[in-house]
This record gives sequence, C-alpha cells and structure tokens, in this order.
Amino acid sequence: MTHAATHADHSDDTDIFGFWIYILSDCILFASLFAVFAVLQSNVYGGPGIKELSNLSYVLIETMVLLASSFTYGLSILSVYKNAKYRVLFYLGLTFLLGASFVGMEINEFTHLFLEGHTWQSSAALSSFFALVGTHGLHVSIGLLWMLLLMAQLITFGMTPVISRRLTYLGLFWAFLDIIWIFVFTIVYLMGSI
Amino acid sequence: MMQKILFGNLTWQAIPFNNPIIMGAAVFMVAIILLIIGALFYFKQWKTLWTEWLTTVDHKKIGLMYIILAFVMLVRGLIDAAMMRLQQAIAVGDSMGYLPPEHYNQIFTAHGVIMIFFMAMPFMFGLINIVLPLQIGARDVAFPFLNSLSFWLAVVGAVLLNISLVIGDFAATGWLAYPPLSELAYSPGVGVDYYIMALQISGIGTLLSGINFVVTILKMRCPGMTLMKMPVFVWTSLCSMILVILAFPVLTVTLALLCFDRYFGMHFFTADAGGNAMMYINLIWIWGHPEVYILILPAFGIYSEVVATFSKKYLFGYATMVWATACITLLAFSVWLHHFFTMGAGANVNAFFGIATMVISVPTGVKVFNWLFTMYRGRITFTTPMLWTMGFISTFAIGGMTGVLMAVPAIDYQVHNSLFLIAHFHNAIIGGVLFGYLAGLTYWFPKVFGFKLNETLGRYAFWSWIIGFYVAFLPVYLLGMMGMTRRLSHYDAATGWHPFLVVAAIGVLIICGGVLFQVAQLLVSIKNRASYRDVTGDPWDGRTLEWSIASPAPFYNFAITPHVNSRDAFWQAKQEGSHQSETKPQYEDIHMPKNTGVGFIIAVFSGIFGFAAVWHIVWLSIVGLAGAIITVIVRSFNMEVDYYLKADDVERMERERQSMITQMATKAACCGSVATQPQILNTQNI
Repeated sequence: MTHAATHADHSDDTDIFGFWIYILSDCILFASLFAVFAVLQSNVYGGPGIKELSNLSYVLIETMVLLASSFTYGLSILSVYKNAKYRVLFYLGLTFLLGASFVGMEINEFTHLFLEGHTWQSSAALSSFFALVGTHGLHVSIGLLWMLLLMAQLITFGMTPVISRRLTYLGLFWAFLDIIWIFVFTIVYLMGSI
Repeated sequence: MMQKILFGNLTWQAIPFNNPIIMGAAVFMVAIILLIIGALFYFKQWKTLWTEWLTTVDHKKIGLMYIILAFVMLVRGLIDAAMMRLQQAIAVGDSMGYLPPEHYNQIFTAHGVIMIFFMAMPFMFGLINIVLPLQIGARDVAFPFLNSLSFWLAVVGAVLLNISLVIGDFAATGWLAYPPLSELAYSPGVGVDYYIMALQISGIGTLLSGINFVVTILKMRCPGMTLMKMPVFVWTSLCSMILVILAFPVLTVTLALLCFDRYFGMHFFTADAGGNAMMYINLIWIWGHPEVYILILPAFGIYSEVVATFSKKYLFGYATMVWATACITLLAFSVWLHHFFTMGAGANVNAFFGIATMVISVPTGVKVFNWLFTMYRGRITFTTPMLWTMGFISTFAIGGMTGVLMAVPAIDYQVHNSLFLIAHFHNAIIGGVLFGYLAGLTYWFPKVFGFKLNETLGRYAFWSWIIGFYVAFLPVYLLGMMGMTRRLSHYDAATGWHPFLVVAAIGVLIICGGVLFQVAQLLVSIKNRASYRDVTGDPWDGRTLEWSIASPAPFYNFAITPHVNSRDAFWQAKQEGSHQSETKPQYEDIHMPKNTGVGFIIAVFSGIFGFAAVWHIVWLSIVGLAGAIITVIVRSFNMEVDYYLKADDVERMERERQSMITQMATKAACCGSVATQPQILNTQNI
C-alpha cells in the first residue's frame, strides 16, 4: 500500500493528533490564568475575597451538573460506535441541557455578585476570579454552540466519518473543560474557603 | 450621540493632517496601493489574484506570500530605525531634532513590534512553509486550510499596525507595552489598543501555524524518514514550533488581561486596587524569552543545511546538533527573569536565572563548533548563502559573549536598559536570525522560482549588511558602557555621546545600501532569469529531498512519494547513482486539498473586529466577530474540501516538464552557457 493511497485514511489520526496539541496549548492558557489568580487572589484591596463571597454547596451542584454532562457525552460517543444516530442525538441533547444549566448557574452566580456590588472592577483579586472562571464559562458556551452545530450536521449528513471525527473532537474538548473545572473548583472555591 | 454609536471614538481628529512626516508616509502608502490596484486592472489580474493567491492552500505559495509580507515590513522597520538614528545623531544640546518626543516614542515601539512580529515571524514561517514539507517528502502540510488562515491573520495584524500610522496613533510604550505606562490612566489614546489587537490577531495565526507544523513533522514524513534521519532544519523547526505552542498562549493571556484592564476597568496590572505590574513583566517574558529561540532555532537549522551543502560534507555531529536544539528548547523556559534582574527578586533568584542563562550558551557553543568542524577540511564554495553563514558565526559569537556578560546579575545592574543591551540583542537578531533567513532565502530561492539569484549583487548586499551592522552597533556597545540609556530622543552635549551616534547613523545608511542591493539583486535576477535558470532542480549539488524534484517545485511536490533510508538521502542517492532510473515510474492518484477563500474571509472579518474594537465601535465589532464565526460555521457544512489528482494527469504534467526542461537545456547549451544535462528524476529509490 502506498503513501498516496493511505493519506486519506491516515488523516483521521493526524487530525485528532492536531486537536490534542490544540488542547495542550489551551492547557497553557488556563495555566497562565491560574498563575495570575494565585498571585492576585489575596489582593482584595480592602473588599471581600472569593472566600467570603462564594457559596460552596451552590458550586458543588454546578460541578455535579458539569460532570454529569460529561457522562452523557460519553454515552453519546458509545452510541456513535453503534451507529445509532437518534440515540446520539438524544444524548447530545441531554448533554446540551446539562451544559446550558451549568452556564446558567454560573451567570446567575456572577449576576448575584454584581448586584451586591462585587464586580471585576472592585479589586485585583476579583478581576482574576472573574477572568479565570469566566474564561472557563466562555469555553463551555463555545462548546454548547459547537454541540448545536454538530446536532444540525448529524441531522443533515447522517453518521458520516467526518461527523464522527468532529464528535470525537468535541468529546476531547468537553472532557478537557471538565478537568479544568475540577481545578477551578479545587483551587478557586475549595482552597479559597479554607 | 448618533455619531458616537456609528463611529465610536473615531473622528476626523484621528488623522494627523498637520504632521508632514505621517502625511507623507500616508500618501506614499496610498500611492502604492493605488498602483497595485491599477496594475491589477491594467493587466486584468483580479481573477488570478483570487484563484491563485488569495484562496491558495499550497504551502509554497503561502510561504512566498509570507516572505513578501516580511520584506515589506522589513523596509518599514528599517525606515523607522533610520529615523531614530537620524534623530539621535542631531538631537544634541540645543537642537531638539526633527521628531517630537511623542512621535519618537511611537517610532521605537513600532520598530520593535514590526521587526519581531511582522518581519522575523513571517520570514520564518515563509521559509518553513516553502521548505519543510519538501524536506520531509510530504505533499502538503497537515492542515492546508489552517495554514492559509494563519497567513491571512498575520497580514491583518500587519495591516492594523500600518493603519495606526495614519488613523490615530500607535503605542508609545516600547515594544512590550509595560504597564502601568500602557494602562488607560497613562496611555489614554488608541495606540496600545492597536498594539493589543494587532498582536492578538496575528498571535492566533502563529499558534495555529505552530500546531500545524508540529503535526506535519510528526505525522507526515515520507516512509523511512525516522526522527534521527530528518534534516536539521526540520528538527530546529520542530523545536521552534513546540516553543510556539507552549509560549504563545501565555502572550494571548497577558495581552488579553491588559485589554481587560483597558476596556473593562479590571485591575490586573494597574497601579491601584491591588494590581501587580511586575506580574505583567514576568508573564510577557515567559513568552518573550522563548520567542527569541522561536526565531533563532530555524535560523540555526538553515545554517546547518547551508554549511553541509557548501562544504560538501555530512554535517559534523548531527546527533549533538539535535540534542543541543532540544536542550535550548527546554532551557528557553528557565531564563525569563534575566530580562529584569533589577526587579529585586533577591540574590538567590537572580543567581539561579543568571546561571541558567549561562548554561544555555553551552548547547549554543556546541552548535558553533559543529558548524566549524563541518567546514574543517570541507571543499567550501563561497556562495552568498555560505557568506551569510560565515558572517553569522563570527557576529553571533560576539553577540553570545555580550549576552553571557549580561547574564551576571551584578553586571546587569550596570547595563540594564542601556544601549549595551540594545547592541547585544541587535547583534543576536541581525547577526543570528536575519542573516540566517537571508541565507535561507538565497539558498531556496531557485526551488520556488526556478532560477538563482545574482551572486555578485548578493555579495555586495552581504558586505553592506555586515559592515553596516558593525559600524552601526559597535558604537552602541560603547555608548552603553558610557551610560546612555535606551529610548532617548534628546541628550546633553556634555555627555560626549554625539560622535558615536553619528557613526551609528552612518552604519544604518550602509545597511540601507545593503537593502537596495537586495532589491537590485531581485530585479536583475528576474530580468536575466533565463541565464540563471535552474534546469536540474539541484543547483547547489544539495543533500536533502527538496533538491530531488524539479525547480520550481510542482504543486503536488512529489510525483512519487520518496522512500529514504539515510540522512542526507538525496546526496546518498546521487553517490550511488540510484536517483536516475530508466524504468518508467508508477504514478498514483494524489490526494489534494481544494483552494478556499474562507481563510481570507475570516481574516477580513477579524480585521474589521480589531479596527472596530480599537475605536470602540460596538456594532461593527459585533459584525466582525459574528462574521468570522458564521464563516467558520458555513465552512463546516462544506464536505467537499479535497479532490484526487489523477495519475494520468500527474504523468502528463511530469512528461511536459521533462520536455520543457530538455528544450531549455538545449537552448542554454547553444547560447554558450553551461547547463547540466537534465536528469530523469526518479525519487522512488532514494
């Protein structure tokens, strides 16, 4: 078998490897934001820090919702392997609902803080909190938009190799955001409240 | 009110009509744009422009466009440099020079930003694009569409920067925009916003390119090319691209946080509310120091290729070269603090970073000795690429030594932010990075265009550059020792600096002469291209795969995928005579990406977003952002992004080329010039 003939078959492997490298670069992006948070979290400028402002049980529910969404995404990938288009759609829809609830809860938390007068302009500590958690939230929102797009494409094109490759990308992305959230939960909320 | 909604902060006052220098530059830029548009209409080339260039996904064409961008920006950056040198040569004592301080500050900022981001980076990506897939025997990069997107994002960044010259102003903060000076409180204009947008947009392109090339190198090498059989240029590019992937996200975050400070009133680096300006300086150098290696490593690779080819020897110490490159890659992340020893991190921290900095000179020294030993007892031909390489070895050695000098924290306290530093990094970047890229450009030029560059004018250009460099920067070292700090637009006559600055200005003039020689070299070579024609595809008696195919390289690169089983595979094949074959090659269908304008369109929308964000035109920035996202979505519904080039077509094109080459060779032979007999190239056995 020659190289030319295998190029198309191999490209799946190559593309997914490229996506892994993208995730690596996104890891560095979050690492920088975590470092910034670590440096600035105590610079509260006389105001309250995240320690005083966060509600741990609320964030725990948020965490559970996001983790559950990863589980349902896993179920949809299993259905991809079984070529069961409608089951994939069902689980994607479920994942979307869970993800959207997570983003909704986060927006609710942010609005709450804003209405109480704790904004990102209050202090460096709050700036770094909003930037870190907000960047994660933005990633999740982009993931939700992407999920809608893939559901539309799944309906349009059916279970083609291209679509299943894209579902793999989104799966990697979604799991990655879960892992980042675990760090956010631990470093920002849990360690913040010690 | 209506105007505020429609145009944000943009008013007619943004254009400095009363400044003759800026208006002159504006007229010049508009004239060139009109000239290009006029020429496109006159020669009816609009369709070609779109189908052959704006939508191309061919790595060689994208590489060529990168290099054109780099050359245009080189000229702009050089004009900035000449203006600064002229100002410093005359602004002594009572004379205030011809540039007001606020304009002078913008010029030195623009000079740095342009030379690093829009000259050196595009030049590097241009060379990597052109050469790297050919060297690993690949038909294209891993993600051809992303490659075109990366390029157009770089162009948008450069365009935004040049727009800032005429509409509004550019940052007056120095090329890394240190806060709190770059914060809204001290830089209320749009300059820093232009800086942020231009770098963010082009930075995303750079990151995508980094991913693209790492995947290309790791996944698309031809059969038989194991990692330790890759040409050194591929190795150094791999390490450089790994640094891109690890360092550029940090730049993105840093600039984004500065942007949040300026746009949303956050307090990351502000002087009040708990902001920490030193954190910006740490973050920017965690990107900034690896950036230096991102630029220099591919140049090291070019020298390695050139020195082996023109010494007619295998590169001395290939394995140590690879390991030295890997060491530099790793150490690149452990030295950032040496840019601000004076921060006051304490003696132990400074000692750590000082020693780490000195350690990095060890692998670099290994490389220098490898090049010297490659030349030792080699049959050296003194072509222009070789001249650049030899000029580099001596010049870079000086730059390296002054660098190690400054790695000693105690000495650094004396020369920090002085002209000694300026001389050091120009020594490393001109003598190291730029010489390398120019060597590479001359070396690989025939592979892109099918004819060589004029050697005599190339030699003149080289000597002007290297003499100009020493005349311009040796006095700058001395000025640093005399205590002159960087970025001064005026100084006292009693300092005694004036004569040195006059000499430095003369040096820049000589460098300008070098650039003029390069332009002349290009024009003369194009005019006489028939006599410089590279008939064989192997004009330098090269060693690596790119010389095994015709010049200019066909768009599918390799009609037949090569198989290699050694380092310098083409050289070995030539030694064994196995690169020429009488058997008819077996052509196969080739999988190719289709051209697409999507990268260009996304970049245009990003540019609209950037410009609108600079001027706070909310509706337009939404249009730009939404436009870019919708374009991506529309593209994702297009499932026919590739096609197969039929084996018959490949065979026909190869045969046409052969007969054309034979014709040219006969023509050249009867005109009396020396031409090698064309070879029937069969890369299958390499």
